[in-house]
Amino acid sequence: MIPATFEYVRAKSVREAVSLLQQHGGRAKLLAGGHSLLPLMKLRLSQPEVLIDLGPVEELRGVREEGSSVVIGAMTTHDELASSPLVRERVPLLAECAAQIGDVQVRNRGTLGGSLAHADPAADYPAAVLVLDAQMECEGPAGARTVPVSQWFVDMLTTALRPDEVLCRVRVPAQTRGQGWSYTKLPHPASGYSLLGVACLLSVDGGTVREARVAITGVGPKALRLPKVEQALAGKPADEASFAEAAKLASDGLDATDDLYASAEYKRHLAAVYTKRGLLRALERVRQ
Amino acid sequence: MAVTQVFGARVRRREDPRLIRGTATYTDDLTLHGLCHAVFVRSPHAHARIRRIDTSRAKSAPGVVAVLTGADLEGKVNSIPCGWQVPNCDLKTPPHPPLARDKVRYVGDAVAVVVAESRAQAHDAAAAVEVDYEVLPAVVDMEAALRSATLVHDDVPQNRVLLWSVKGGDFEAAAREPGVRVVRQRLVNQRLIPNAMEPRAAVAHYNPGSGELTLWVTSQNPHIARVILSGVLGLPEHKLRVIAPEVGGGFGSKIPVYPEEAVVSHLAVRLGRPVKWVESRRENYLGTIHGRDHVTDAEMAVRPDGTVTGLRVRTLANFGAYLSTAAPAIPTILYGLVLSGPYRIPNIDCEVTGVFTNTTPTDAYRGAGRPEATYVLERMMDLAARELGLDPAEIRRRNLIPKDQFPYTVATGITYDSGDYARALDRALELFDYRRARADQEAARRQGRYLGIGLSTYVEICGAGPSKVVGSTGFSGGLWESAVVRFSPTGKVTVFTGTSPHGQGEETTFAQIVAQELGVPLDDVEVLHGDTDSILMGWGTYGSRTTPVGGTAVYLAAQKVKEKAARIAAHQLEVSADDLVFENGRFHVRGAPDRGMTIQEVSLQAYLAWNLPEGMEPGLEGQANWDPSNFVFPFGTHVCLVEVDPETGQVRILRYVAVDDCGRVINPLIVDGQVHGGIVQGVAQALWEFAQYDQAGNLLTGTMSDYAVPKAAWFPKFECDRTETPTPVNPLGVKGVGETGTIAATPCVVNAVMDALSPFGVRHVDMPLLPERVWRAIRQSKGGSAA
Ligand SMILES: Cc1cc2nc3c(=O)[nH]c(=O)nc-3n(C[C@H](O)[C@H](O)[C@H](O)COP(=O)(O)OP(=O)(O)OC[C@H]3O[C@@H](n4cnc5c(N)ncnc54)[C@H](O)[C@@H]3O)c2cc1C
Repeated sequence: MIPATFEYVRAKSVREAVSLLQQHGGRAKLLAGGHSLLPLMKLRLSQPEVLIDLGPVEELRGVREEGSSVVIGAMTTHDELASSPLVRERVPLLAECAAQIGDVQVRNRGTLGGSLAHADPAADYPAAVLVLDAQMECEGPAGARTVPVSQWFVDMLTTALRPDEVLCRVRVPAQTRGQGWSYTKLPHPASGYSLLGVACLLSVDGGTVREARVAITGVGPKALRLPKVEQALAGKPADEASFAEAAKLASDGLDATDDLYASAEYKRHLAAVYTKRGLLRALERVRQ
Repeated sequence: MAVTQVFGARVRRREDPRLIRGTATYTDDLTLHGLCHAVFVRSPHAHARIRRIDTSRAKSAPGVVAVLTGADLEGKVNSIPCGWQVPNCDLKTPPHPPLARDKVRYVGDAVAVVVAESRAQAHDAAAAVEVDYEVLPAVVDMEAALRSATLVHDDVPQNRVLLWSVKGGDFEAAAREPGVRVVRQRLVNQRLIPNAMEPRAAVAHYNPGSGELTLWVTSQNPHIARVILSGVLGLPEHKLRVIAPEVGGGFGSKIPVYPEEAVVSHLAVRLGRPVKWVESRRENYLGTIHGRDHVTDAEMAVRPDGTVTGLRVRTLANFGAYLSTAAPAIPTILYGLVLSGPYRIPNIDCEVTGVFTNTTPTDAYRGAGRPEATYVLERMMDLAARELGLDPAEIRRRNLIPKDQFPYTVATGITYDSGDYARALDRALELFDYRRARADQEAARRQGRYLGIGLSTYVEICGAGPSKVVGSTGFSGGLWESAVVRFSPTGKVTVFTGTSPHGQGEETTFAQIVAQELGVPLDDVEVLHGDTDSILMGWGTYGSRTTPVGGTAVYLAAQKVKEKAARIAAHQLEVSADDLVFENGRFHVRGAPDRGMTIQEVSLQAYLAWNLPEGMEPGLEGQANWDPSNFVFPFGTHVCLVEVDPETGQVRILRYVAVDDCGRVINPLIVDGQVHGGIVQGVAQALWEFAQYDQAGNLLTGTMSDYAVPKAAWFPKFECDRTETPTPVNPLGVKGVGETGTIAATPCVVNAVMDALSPFGVRHVDMPLLPERVWRAIRQSKGGSAA
């Protein structure tokens, strides 16, 4: 429970962080909230020789509105997201998701960028940013690039981020007026992570589903959109019967992993239950 | 100053400000000149032969002071003994070397120790110790271990630690009685990890000048640690001082004497430098004892009218890889003897098989044996009620020991001193509004909601205990307590107790006892504990004994002070002691209230010694040793309401009512706190907690992100009430309350969930009732298609 020896550097800008990453090659790691990285280091499962703390980098902080998007700095903490009036107003799904992460301590330290860069299969944000069609804005030695979220999550703990890149901002299209949303999770009783989490965005036109977006996290190696469910919902009446019918498809071909607290079979079952319930919750908000 | 009634008052815990503000001094907070740090090298295998240990690389690592293996301790640190040699059960006591010699027997078994200038350096060097293991097959499952050719200890055939039984009456005959039904169920009481907030730690300091070794250690019983370590280290007892400073919880896990404590003590002597060892949470999960881990086949004989006539249990109890200090007593006398609970069950037949496995040793965990017994009994009561179509409250009422039958001797031979079990049951049902709740449950079912109501009635046997009795059960000690109450010349009071509270709040309650008796302000009373040099003897804090035994000793010591003070006052006021009245901390002459002196003035006179009665020794202090004549028997009824989500199997607790009787209450706030914490721990076993090994003996729930310690937000507000039946066993009329919640809550919640599932025909699900298990039970049941 004591990490191996490492050197600690405070970066003052993204550019400095990138050049430090370049300088140390694979031996360095960026430090954000430390709530994923430090536990791994304490168990000596991760032994970076250099830690580059992004804490002092001002340009990675803050939430602002740009056109019809909300732009969120990578170092924004879960708590800042959950309580930001702008986020609650324009992307309430993300605020609802952030508020369900871990516990108070975790939400006070953990960051959006850290969570998305780490890509823990049981993390909550991935499901939310998938349905929100977020854009990941990264910066590396070759300059800035933007990765659409659909290409971000590659595998367990693996993203499209390159080793010498910093994830700087997440650009989230604002939810449209009248759109319903929900994030529902079954927390792991010990860690608080998601045994399963479902994010829904629902647009309804005169009682008919115009568009539904559903993503799931926690079940398998990475978070996924559920296209079959989404397609089955389009054009259907926005009611419990069609939600239940479509939700059955949630487990169709779903890659689920066994966990001490929930077997793959149970997770597949829950995928349907939580999808149905998530859609119903979203529907309540459409009507609000 | 007008002294108010402090005994019975909701006084806030004086311990809390320092605990909450971080100004308490735990073992890890100690620092000494020249301190070095020990880290243990632990086996990654559950069972392996040690071929060779190469310490050369570790020895040359930066900052390393010493690296020792088992061979280096030969003849210097003896085997760690077991302190409870339960008789008549063929108990096997294989050696427990402080560092494994030839074999490792569980993941976490220590094989070497590294001492370095800093803790980090010791960790780095520990990783450089190379151990060549020949991995052996591991036995993890108890039934498999009893049949396996693999032996944890070569000289313990079948891995059988003990075979213990208790019998009263004739179960077979009861079962044969015409009309009697025998209800059967296999019940698994899963393994748990105690999770004290503070992990274990030890700091040892050797003074070569005086030849005295001081050990600061996270112990619930420093005097016992001293006796045992004196033997293990070959150090005369008067040269060994053991101090338990602030101890951050134990739940039983800090009763045992562990190898690390012996090794660290030895290192301080050997190296001539103070040595500190602090366990990591990961080590705590592997190397500190676990609790429970029983598999029981139970049979209950019951007449059609619900009268329980017999109980037969066959229990397998997992001891892990070594015998921990109190381990043999837990699944035997602390379990089998209490199987009658609050009921008249004339025929009881209990047989317990203890098993060694390649897992972490087990020992006492909050309740220690009694939760296991209560779980069996209370589950069987519910199953019997269901088979007979009786209401669970009704079957309990029919079998409770009536209040006019005390003292009452149960079939297992124990005599209960007092009780009014039906009153606690009635009060709990009234608070819960039981009849209404049943109606609500019916209505909810019609709407497709699955509510469940669970009950448990219990009696806890605690406050050990008569030394003669515990001695006859093989305990290598007495279980009386000592106390000193000492006035200082300026009238302040210091209380020394041999018990060793570590979160329970006796610094507050013992001060209340003394303030009440001596009429001094509460803030003028200091309560000290945990240092073998400050008091004659103490057997520690566990088994809900601190207040009934230690508190009584404090009370008696205060009486002695009062008697002496009265004699001094009488002498100085020139009257006979019989003519004095003691009121609000002041002696005065009967009928002449202005002729008097305060107890503080008396104290000053006692120390000045200018004018004391002829032949009286100066000073004002009382010392008492109290050995109770019997255990005490708190009891109560808990009732809870749960809702099961049939689609997901998730359980939510909607209400929880607890009515406990712990005799006279010194401080209701503290009693509530103990009950609340107990309920939380008990519910956690019912719903979430379990320690899981894989077949190779790896602990799968090896960190706090795998093992579900309960969180406050998961519980409703507890509705607590009490009945008060003072025990005749001690002059305070107090009984223990540290474990009642844990004992009652586990079956209460399981019963409630099974009640909720009854429309599906689900009879039993083993703990913890994780959503998936509940969901599966529903799915596999006959009514399961509803979900
Ligand atoms: C007890 C506990 C409970 C938790 N419960 C939950 C939960 O319920 N749901 C949930 O989603 N998460 C949970 N977490 C994880 C938590 O949200 C973490 O904060 C988060 O996953 C990582 O964010 P961080 O800021 O702490 O990142 P760090 O731990 O600092 O970093 C994580 C990884 O990302 C890299 N990184 C960080 N920032 C950047 C960046 N800007 N650019 C590129 N790489 C970067 C780091 O190098 C590192 O490899 C929990 C954690 C703990 C300890």
